[in-house]
Amino acid sequence: MSTLLQMNGISKSFPGVRALSNVNFDLQKGEVHALVGENGAGKSTLMKILSGMYQADEGEIELNGEILRKTGLRDMLKAGISVIYQELNLISHLTIAENIFLGREPRHKSGLIDWKTMYAHVEELMASFKIDLNPRAKVYTISPAFQQVVEIVKALSLNSEILVMDEPTAPLTGNEVDRLFDIIANLKSQGVSIIYISHRLEELQHVADRVTVLRDGQCITTKPLSELSTNEIIHHMVGRHLTEQYPHADITLGEELLRVENLTKKGLCRDVNFSVKSGEIVGFTGLVGAGRTEIMELIYGHRKKDSGKIIFRGEEINMRTPRDAVQKGIGLIPEERKKQGLILGLSVFDNAAITVLERFSRFGFLQRKVITKKVKDMIRDIDIKTPSTNQLTQNLSGGNQQKVVLSKWFIRDCNLYIFDEPTRGIDVGAKVEIYKLMQSLAGEGAGIIMVSSELTEIMNMSDRIEVVFDGRIVKEFTKDETDEEEVMEYSLGLREKDVPA
Amino acid sequence: MKSPDIRHIMKNYGIVIAFIFICIILSILSPVFLTKINIINIVRQTSIYGIMAVGMTFVILTGGIDLSVGSLLAVSGVACAGMLKAGYGPFPAFIVTILVGTFFGLVNGFIINAGKITPFVVTLGMMSIARGLTMLYTKGYPISGFDEGFRKIGGGYFIGIPVPIIIFMVTVVLAWLILTQTRLGRYTYAIGGNEETVRLSGINAPFFKTLIYGISGLTAGISALILTSRLNSAETIAGTGYELDVIAAVVIGGTSLSGGRGAIWGTFIGALLIGVINNGMNLLGITAYFQLVVKGIIIIGAVLLDRLRD
Ligand SMILES: Nc1ncnc2c1ncn2[C@@H]1O[C@H](COP(=O)(O)OP(=O)(O)OP(=O)(O)O)[C@@H](O)[C@H]1O
Ligand SMILES: [Mg+2]
Repeated sequence: MSTLLQMNGISKSFPGVRALSNVNFDLQKGEVHALVGENGAGKSTLMKILSGMYQADEGEIELNGEILRKTGLRDMLKAGISVIYQELNLISHLTIAENIFLGREPRHKSGLIDWKTMYAHVEELMASFKIDLNPRAKVYTISPAFQQVVEIVKALSLNSEILVMDEPTAPLTGNEVDRLFDIIANLKSQGVSIIYISHRLEELQHVADRVTVLRDGQCITTKPLSELSTNEIIHHMVGRHLTEQYPHADITLGEELLRVENLTKKGLCRDVNFSVKSGEIVGFTGLVGAGRTEIMELIYGHRKKDSGKIIFRGEEINMRTPRDAVQKGIGLIPEERKKQGLILGLSVFDNAAITVLERFSRFGFLQRKVITKKVKDMIRDIDIKTPSTNQLTQNLSGGNQQKVVLSKWFIRDCNLYIFDEPTRGIDVGAKVEIYKLMQSLAGEGAGIIMVSSELTEIMNMSDRIEVVFDGRIVKEFTKDETDEEEVMEYSLGLREKDVPA
Repeated sequence: MKSPDIRHIMKNYGIVIAFIFICIILSILSPVFLTKINIINIVRQTSIYGIMAVGMTFVILTGGIDLSVGSLLAVSGVACAGMLKAGYGPFPAFIVTILVGTFFGLVNGFIINAGKITPFVVTLGMMSIARGLTMLYTKGYPISGFDEGFRKIGGGYFIGIPVPIIIFMVTVVLAWLILTQTRLGRYTYAIGGNEETVRLSGINAPFFKTLIYGISGLTAGISALILTSRLNSAETIAGTGYELDVIAAVVIGGTSLSGGRGAIWGTFIGALLIGVINNGMNLLGITAYFQLVVKGIIIIGAVLLDRLRD
């Protein structure tokens, strides 16, 4: 192998934050180099410097042994470096091929777009990497997993030698992850080098050749994966030993809090039945697009149901808006943090406190002291890395943004919490704190619904597991009654015929 | 809102620098510019649309726009004149004027939310409706001639300061308090930042949005009082084209047209800047036609600058 890329002594500061200090990082030809670290460790910042989005304060980038003089966005793209950000940047009403060739469509002499060449080219690319997608399909018709693949094909069409993937698996479930790994293996065999960022450490075994751990903006270690155990990686990441990834709590279940009967919405879900008791954590699993999020949005009043009953604390309720649900004591942590969870242009304070402004104001005037204390406690409890409560949330790292979304609802006392992908993009250490908080809420008598694509999390944290396939609950398990494999089979719809329709 | 973002601060200083710069130039070009009389004149002129710019700041912070403010001023103005002519004292007239402005504003907000129609279209329609109602009521004739007491609102002094200026200052301070210290204020920013997040947080966003258009109407009502009193007459065409100066003041003051970002003190200086420019052009003998051209350029320039800094 030969060294393709070398980043030497990279430092970068933002107002109030030293994001990277003197980081060295290198990439060999044809390797997959994993980059891990806690939320806010500086992973994305390092990659944004590599992509030319940010300029380093200090340090230099060497490509094929030559120091790069110009490191702007275009320069880096020309040098063959492509970054796939976690937030996908596709235009959903254009076709796959149109997205891939956006802004550089092949043209006839007349100036009109040469569709034939465009589609042929994309088909060829896909074939060479054994990707099975119709280039004429509109992007909104394909799942997030495949959208990710489209981003990859786009990068390949630019002849990129270096591909950076920032948390590519965060929105994906089991078999979609496997498919992504196949594609990565294929890329590797064709000489593409990959930098791979993830908080799902167990994945590294399947993809990574080497691992670099960042902590507080510093490079802690770079080693071949074979020389590191997952526990050692965690130790390097958080600087201490993590006793248990899934804390245990003994919570006595109380009365039934929520019961959903025959909930139906055309095209989204049908005949959904389940219940949540006080103190119970009910996990919802299934493939992306199975309808888990939609079921939650129906309960929360964000969508209107066609039929079915929702009984909350013994009384049938009909939520017309999320406000009705919140007034009854239901809180929803939405799946899409940037679109639905945050107000990116506002501060940590404004975001975290938005759910309690009503409660803590007198004659409309805010009791700032009270609220600020609550927010600060929250920042401490789940360790949100921010220079102050006035920091704009758009300046926080991905995982810390997610923590702000969580604090919005942790701060407000609810009877039922619906967490849709609560730990997406959150590091191992912080996950434990979040699980503990969930358990303490349950311990105080709240009911919790947790939707998650991370099967291990569902298996370990839920008292009961509901498997959703194609808009229906195809199977219900109680804790310890099943294993990951069986749950997976139901999620894939392989065993749905067991279930009465 | 306090923000540690350096660019944000730079941007807000930008307008102060521009303001000082223009003042210096004008004081060189015209000996009259820096006289006490002229300065008081500028601020008094500014008050009328400055007050409306305060209401407009709320609206634009939510990501909306209110094109109807000029017409709302007219309709509140004739309501005021009507009350006075019917023999009610200044105080009932005062209350009704403000209520009329607020009512039309609330109607704007209600239609925007209930019909899910863009604010641009609704307030454009209201601009025409309110103007039409004004004309129907007055049959096109001005209503003039009020008693001394009422005329003090626009022409009087309080502790040596013209009353309109005092009303303007009070409005600015109140708005600042509301925007920074109250629930309504924080929701205003939040709705402009991301309305879906606000709704999912269990907040009745449509209610607060409606209220905010009501505030815009309220400020139009206040301005109507001042203008009617000052002119000693309610004119059918009063406030025509004011939306231009009002929106310009807000935008020049650094409030983002896409919502969620801005501050009331920016609007304050923005309004003064417009006032200074209007006054300066008059002093320099620039024709009214050309003034319109200049103002248009300034608005586009301000938005452009905003975009470039994003
Ligand atoms: N534009 C910015 N302005 C201010 N601070 C920033 C900005 N971008 C990043 N930071 C800060 O730099 C630090 C590193 O952030 P970065 O996004 O690189 O973390 P990360 O390792 O990718 O974390 P995560 O796992 O949560 O995605 C964080 O403390 C973050 O708040
Ligand atoms: Mg990141």
